[in-house]
This record gives sequence, structure tokens and C-alpha cells, in this order.
Amino acid sequence: MTSLFDEVAEPAADGVQVRRVTITVNGRKRTADIEPRLLLAHLLRQGLRLTGTHTGCDTTNCGACTVLVDGQPVKSCTMFAVQADGHEVTTVEGLAGASELHPLQEGFKQEHGLQCGFCTPGMMLAAKALLDENPDPTEDEIRWALSGNLCRCTGYQNIVKSVLWAADKMRGPQSEAPAEPDESEKP
Amino acid sequence: MYPPRFRYERPASLDEAIGLLSSGRGEAKVLAGGQSLVPLMKLRFAAPELLVDINDLPGLDHHRVDADGSLHIGALCRHASLERSTILPDTQPTMAAAAPLIADPIVRTRGTLVGSLCHADPQGDWAAVVMALGGSVVAQGPSGRRSIASRDFVTGPFENTLAYDEVAVEAVIPGPTGARAGGYLKLERRVGDFATAGVAVAIEHTQGTIGRAGIALTGVGGATIDARDAADSLSGQRLDAATIARAAELAAEAARPRTDHRGSAAYKKHVVHTFVTRILTRISTTEEEAA
Repeated sequence: MTSLFDEVAEPAADGVQVRRVTITVNGRKRTADIEPRLLLAHLLRQGLRLTGTHTGCDTTNCGACTVLVDGQPVKSCTMFAVQADGHEVTTVEGLAGASELHPLQEGFKQEHGLQCGFCTPGMMLAAKALLDENPDPTEDEIRWALSGNLCRCTGYQNIVKSVLWAADKMRGPQSEAPAEPDESEKP
Repeated sequence: MYPPRFRYERPASLDEAIGLLSSGRGEAKVLAGGQSLVPLMKLRFAAPELLVDINDLPGLDHHRVDADGSLHIGALCRHASLERSTILPDTQPTMAAAAPLIADPIVRTRGTLVGSLCHADPQGDWAAVVMALGGSVVAQGPSGRRSIASRDFVTGPFENTLAYDEVAVEAVIPGPTGARAGGYLKLERRVGDFATAGVAVAIEHTQGTIGRAGIALTGVGGATIDARDAADSLSGQRLDAATIARAAELAAEAARPRTDHRGSAAYKKHVVHTFVTRILTRISTTEEEAA
């Protein structure tokens, strides 16, 4: 149970509406008593201590706070937590398995898809939504899907490569091997 | 940033939503996609006392074509649904062109067309598209439904003619009277920025002779601009270099841009002229190839 947050509601305040919400976060049901004005990003970060969801611009521009709500990418700074009541939320903490990284996380590692890392959780969740719908995207489709996510290190080239790496990995061994130099063409 | 406190209700029926809005006596707002309203509340430009979240209301997420050819877009139809629509590419070229240009892909998963119309931002893309197509908004209140033409719907920046106890349930685009052609072009500095300038063109023609025509402009005035003279100059005409040039000139004359960080007023007028020319030229070329 998550309690009220000091930043938002002083429990003593009279006439302040508090709603009980139950949200499935990364597969686990979480219940909280919250003020309606609490943003989903703040419930995740402060209430549930899932600080992998970053708040960057706080004005619906940068996409660092992107999470999945029922599988769809959403800027969690632009949705009230009460709106997620009864829904499923996936944050970056929900990507990795017990012992191994999600292919997207592995891809960002392999292809140097992060520099400062601030935009990375949002990038990975926006990319996950893309790959769930389109397992074999072109580079253009990746750029399009990530166009609502800003990287101030401007590391876009490697972010796109990371998503391509993950897409390839997730399609499995039947898919084309990543472009390795052909042995016979080596000098 | 936190918005000021508000009361939140999530009604299960439209009647209940209307009842809540009535009880709010003008201090309540409808919450649909929230992609404009929530930022406004966080910046404290808007401070409704009551938010009526309509996301649980059944039967509002549709977009469908009725027997008379009219297109109906429900209040919970997201931009992303329109972007992925299988209906629009064949029947609504202007809308199909605009759908992928609304905000950014993540905002499009939640934001709605009807919400965008209600928000009445002079920079809103859908307002120009719906105006060019001669569309309307259907509002439901305690005493029933009424239809409001899009040109009468917006009274000023961020103001519309809805009564405080009405919910905009649907946008309607009338059925075509001929073959439909059109486009939407938008200049933006980056994905998700407001339009430096945007142009919506919608025409209906019978074997190349234009019947109904609409041209509307985004971001080049204090409101969405209905470039009526430009559109009227096309009616009864065929597209050729002279008619295209005339429509482009009249549309640029109708623009009322201001010089700002996105560009000078003269530049924005030039963009309007260029976009009208491009859209009409492409229609003309496509029609010629098809003939």
C-alpha cells in the first residue's frame, strides 16, 4: 500500500478528494490512495520508488517519462495516476527478466545506444511498443516511432542501431543474421 | 509541476457525464485524451474545479462511414486510430495526410480529434482539416443533441460555443458530392512543435471540374483561418497553372501571421502560398496520370 504523498496532499486537509486506485505495475498489483492531481509519473517515481521513469521537460515534449499503459506508449507526465486505475503499466523496470536483460536493453548496451542515459528508459519503452506491433521495422519506421522522444546528447544514430539490434534478436535465429562481413571477402 | 486541486469523476454513461457537467456550472471540464488539457492545468493556465473523465464511456471510440458517405469520428477516437485507419486513405485524403502530422507518435496514442477541436488552439491541425472539409461537431446536453458547423464552433483562441453542460460526442464530415482530393501540409521545426504554418485543402470534383472546395490555414492567425475566397475561386474551375496560382495568392492574402521565433510574417505567407500550390499541383498531376 502506498500512502498519500506529502508533496501532493496534506492528509489533514479537509475537502480534498482522495481516490483509491489499483494499478498493475510491471505485473504486480499496486494499490494507492491518491489525490486526483497526482501525475502517473510521480506515482511511479515517488510513490512506488520506480525511479527508472524519468521526468525531463514536464511539458509533454521530451518523452523521457514514456511508459506503456495497456501496451501503448504514454507520456506519464501527461496522464493523471487516477486515469490508470484498473489498467496495466509497464516501466523500464519491467523490461528485464530475473536473470537477463531485455533484448532492447542488451541492444542499447551492444550498440552504445546511451550516453548520459536520461532519455533511455523512454526510448526503450517507445521502441518496445513499436516492436510489439512491428517486429521487423525499417530504420525509417524506428525514427518515426521515436520522433516523440528527445535525446539531448543527440545520440540518435546509435539509438536506432540499438533498436535494430533488438528487433533482430527478438525475431530469433530464423531471421537474417546481422550484417557480418563475409569471410570470403576479407582480404 | 502539479496542477491546482480538482475533483475527479469518471462516469460510466453519457447522461451521467452531462449531469456532472451541469453540476459543475461552468467550472467543469471534460477529460478525454488530456494531451492539451493536462499541460495547460500543470502550467495553471486552466484550473477547472471538476474533471469529468469520459474515457470509460462506451461507443465513442469509433470512426466510421455511414450509408450517406458521411464520416463520424467519436470523442474517444485517438489520433493513432486515424493514423492507422484503413478507411481514411481511400475516402479522406486531407485527413489521411494530416493524421501522421499531429503532435508526436506518443501524444497520438492518447489525444483525440474531437478534443483537439474543442481545445480550439489556433495552431491545432485538425481544426483546419475539419473546416476545409465543411465538418461539424455534434454536442449532447441535457436537452438533446445539436450539430454545430466547425466554422461556428470556435469563438476565439481556446474558446468554443459548447454550453457548459454539453459534451462534444462526435465530429462529422459530410459525404462527398464528387471525387474527393486534397492534402495537408505543415511546416514544423521538429516533430511535436506547433506549426509554423499549415494548409488544409479539400476539393470534390466531377471529371476534373471542381464542385465543393475548402482551404483552411493553421498557425497563421489568432484562429484557424477559413480561406473562403481562395476555395471559392476553384469552384466550377479545372485545376491548371492559372487557377492554382489564383487560389494560392488568395490563400496567402487570407493569412494573418505574426512575426515570431518561427519566422517572419512574410515568410509564413510565402509558406501558405507554396503549400497551396504544392497540394493543388499534386492533385492535378495525379488526376492527369489517372485519366
